[in-house]
Amino acid sequence: MAKKIFTKDNSTYIIVILAYIIVEALIGTGNLSSLMKGLLVPLCVYVILAVSLNITVGILGELSLGHAGFMCVGAFSGAFFTQLVGDSLNGGLRFAIAILIGAVVAAVFGILIGIPVLRLKGDYLAIVTLAFGEIIKNIINILYVGTDANGLHISIKNAAALNLDPETGRIIIKGAQGISGTPSDSSFTIGVILVLITLFVTLNLIHSRTGRAIMAIRDNRIAAESIGINITKYKLLAFTVSAAFAGIAGVLYAHNLSSLVALPKNFGYNMSIMILVFVVLGGMGNIRGSVIAAVVLTLLPELLRGLNEYRMLIYSVVLIAVMILSWSPTAKAFRERYFGFLSRRKKEVS
Amino acid sequence: MSLISYLLNGLSLGAVYAIIALGYTMVYGIAKMLNFAHGDVIMVGAYVVFVIVSGMGFAPLIGIFASVAVCTAAGVIIMMVAYRPLLQVSKLAVLITAIGVSYFLQNVALLIFGADTKSFSSVVSFDGFSLADGRINVSGETVVTILACIVIMVVLTLFIKYTKAGRAMLAVSEDAGAAQLMGVNVNGTIALTFAIGSALAAIAGVLLCSSYPSLTPYTGSMPGIKAFVAAVFGGIGSIPGAFIGGLLLGIIEILGKAYISSQMADAIVFAVLIVVLLVKPTGLLGREIQEKV
Amino acid sequence: MALLEVTGLGISFGGLRAVDDFNVIIKKGQLYGLIGPNGAGKTTIFNLLTGVYKPTDGHIILDGENITGKKTADICKAGIARTFQNIRLFSELTVLDNVKAGLHNEFKYSTFTGIFRLPKYFRNEKSMNEKAYELLKVFELDKEADVLASNLPYGKQRKLEIARALATDPKLLLLDEPAAGMNPNETAELMDTIKFVRDTFDMTILLIEHDMKLVSGICERLSVLNFGQVLAQGDTSKVLKDPKVITAYLGE
Repeated sequence: MAKKIFTKDNSTYIIVILAYIIVEALIGTGNLSSLMKGLLVPLCVYVILAVSLNITVGILGELSLGHAGFMCVGAFSGAFFTQLVGDSLNGGLRFAIAILIGAVVAAVFGILIGIPVLRLKGDYLAIVTLAFGEIIKNIINILYVGTDANGLHISIKNAAALNLDPETGRIIIKGAQGISGTPSDSSFTIGVILVLITLFVTLNLIHSRTGRAIMAIRDNRIAAESIGINITKYKLLAFTVSAAFAGIAGVLYAHNLSSLVALPKNFGYNMSIMILVFVVLGGMGNIRGSVIAAVVLTLLPELLRGLNEYRMLIYSVVLIAVMILSWSPTAKAFRERYFGFLSRRKKEVS
Repeated sequence: MSLISYLLNGLSLGAVYAIIALGYTMVYGIAKMLNFAHGDVIMVGAYVVFVIVSGMGFAPLIGIFASVAVCTAAGVIIMMVAYRPLLQVSKLAVLITAIGVSYFLQNVALLIFGADTKSFSSVVSFDGFSLADGRINVSGETVVTILACIVIMVVLTLFIKYTKAGRAMLAVSEDAGAAQLMGVNVNGTIALTFAIGSALAAIAGVLLCSSYPSLTPYTGSMPGIKAFVAAVFGGIGSIPGAFIGGLLLGIIEILGKAYISSQMADAIVFAVLIVVLLVKPTGLLGREIQEKV
Repeated sequence: MALLEVTGLGISFGGLRAVDDFNVIIKKGQLYGLIGPNGAGKTTIFNLLTGVYKPTDGHIILDGENITGKKTADICKAGIARTFQNIRLFSELTVLDNVKAGLHNEFKYSTFTGIFRLPKYFRNEKSMNEKAYELLKVFELDKEADVLASNLPYGKQRKLEIARALATDPKLLLLDEPAAGMNPNETAELMDTIKFVRDTFDMTILLIEHDMKLVSGICERLSVLNFGQVLAQGDTSKVLKDPKVITAYLGE
């Protein structure tokens, strides 16, 4: 079994690398529409978000509805850094540092939010993470940050309240208008590299002593405590790692857009829920599943684009149908009866 | 004086939240599921009234009845088709289908009515009154909304306490398996709960759009979340909790908008929720359940 | 030499005195039984000993160290491991990983080491696997090492729980109704295993059990609990003949 798990891990890396090679080949031969090209970086963003949320939901077993909040924090801190240093650093190094900053800031938020939130249980925890996500989005929307010769100026009122020196002053975060003019440092290749890093850390974490402790807490908190596992420490650790990668996804996202604005659509609870859908459909704790689900569910509405206004309707029906067909006992029994030969995994029944 | 106006407005908004939250909390109590589509049933209810009253020119009361009927039916159908197959399997699976249902309702509305904002004409013909020499104006919508909320709360409490079906709801929410063994029709009770919850959502939708008359396919989404917050705030599963949570939330939101920042009103609501849950992890009136070792 | 010394232990839930003035001294290597009718407070005593509940009164001294009121995880580190009446395994982990989770504090390496697979990771994982397999062999579970814990039959789940508890290298092992739900053959086998564990690991064991055959068969000393209070205490054979005990079990 130990060997089998590692093959599954490897298959995840191989799928990502193969997909990358195929896409690059399609681009090289001019067979990829510009629409699809525009989707490549967002796809990487969603994959990283889904994998990272799976750490909280699938591995730690706590329902989080505020993942987009961490992405938001990462996106703004990363883009802020890039704007601040401007051309004084070369693109590659600047982006690498931006990623690091996004990850660290999101991780710090993960710790700050995790300490109170992780004391709660189940649906209460879910609603509080949702609340934190919304608060973050709201605060970003009234945040003004500028810089001048005297250093940084921060305000939550308006641009004028920054009191910038008119000569050297420059506003970087403009309240509801967010950050504009971020250089597009991200690319599909960088996105795929970040996906691979996320996968590497997540999969290795799962198969380590730390991962075992986290999953033990998920399966039975009281038993985990009784064998000497520090519950608070490992819960917080999982939550923080999850937040850090959401931050990285945010930085990638921010450097793919010339204008970054915190809208309900991109950083609100709707986004958090969409990522949760990826995780659940891909399978709780199933990292490869998260990758596949994120890609398929992001591409699905685009593939249905020909159907125009019906596409989101079809998407919703497909979502409901897939959930019922894959989870309901009746559907499971039906599948086993008529398509039993297709199911490779037979669960051992005692 | 303006404080009193704000409080009344807050109470009115809070009454709408309370009505939605009652439905939320009942469904949660009985099915233990977070029904993310509940807010969108509000939107459906509002559109039904819009079509019947503004479109066909029927009397508002007929519109309301139609709206309640449509939402009740929709609620039960949604439950049977999308939730029932998964209710016993996994809470998370039902949560995801609820999200699917939410997308579905929004997109059906989008197809029929388009994305543009419809101007909803109030169903309340009563003009309201003034207090304190006209310095405080109380709109008819405010009066009707608050009254409706109180009536609903009282009727619901009596229904649960004194009818067989109501007590069956209590029994199922306490322990569905045991209730079944005692001869309670669990599936019927769950269906009834969804029916009542959806009917309440319809009424809430009509009242909400009478006070805030812009209607889009996404109208129900944020109030739905707020009502969910209200239900958790008061202690999810608790009916008086949903009532109090809804009212408090409405007041906090309006006062926050008025005195702190209109952009931050939602953030303030959520911040208060967080504080309450950190002090009392199961909400104001929620029961603490200790895990047996 | 006393390994566990409990004096005046008590806890109240609201107005209910669940355990009152519980005293016990368990010597190293002893097999000690805790019996009593349902609701007598036996499991509550386990929960007090392991820090799941904080005692309102009394002291718990383990091997000279005062562990009263400490956190569960710290009490485990101090040397008490337990099993649960309603089995609590890590159901989605394999049998092997359940035991390896029990080795959490013995073979330590940092999260960083784990993620980047530094040499220490491989070294420790190897030692962990070896130790875990050793324990699994004792309970004849080594063939099922890669099976998910939830897919094990009931009797083996009970054994796995004991193996996991032993993996924490405890000084004192608490077994909460280890024979519950077992047939007479399985119980007889379990008695051998418990004795074997005591002898091989030089373990001190405190167990709760309703099966009198098991209790009289392996326990050297007993405490009988009724309504939260100790009814009788002493050598097994004497205690079981005590009229008070017989009355408590069979009624007037």
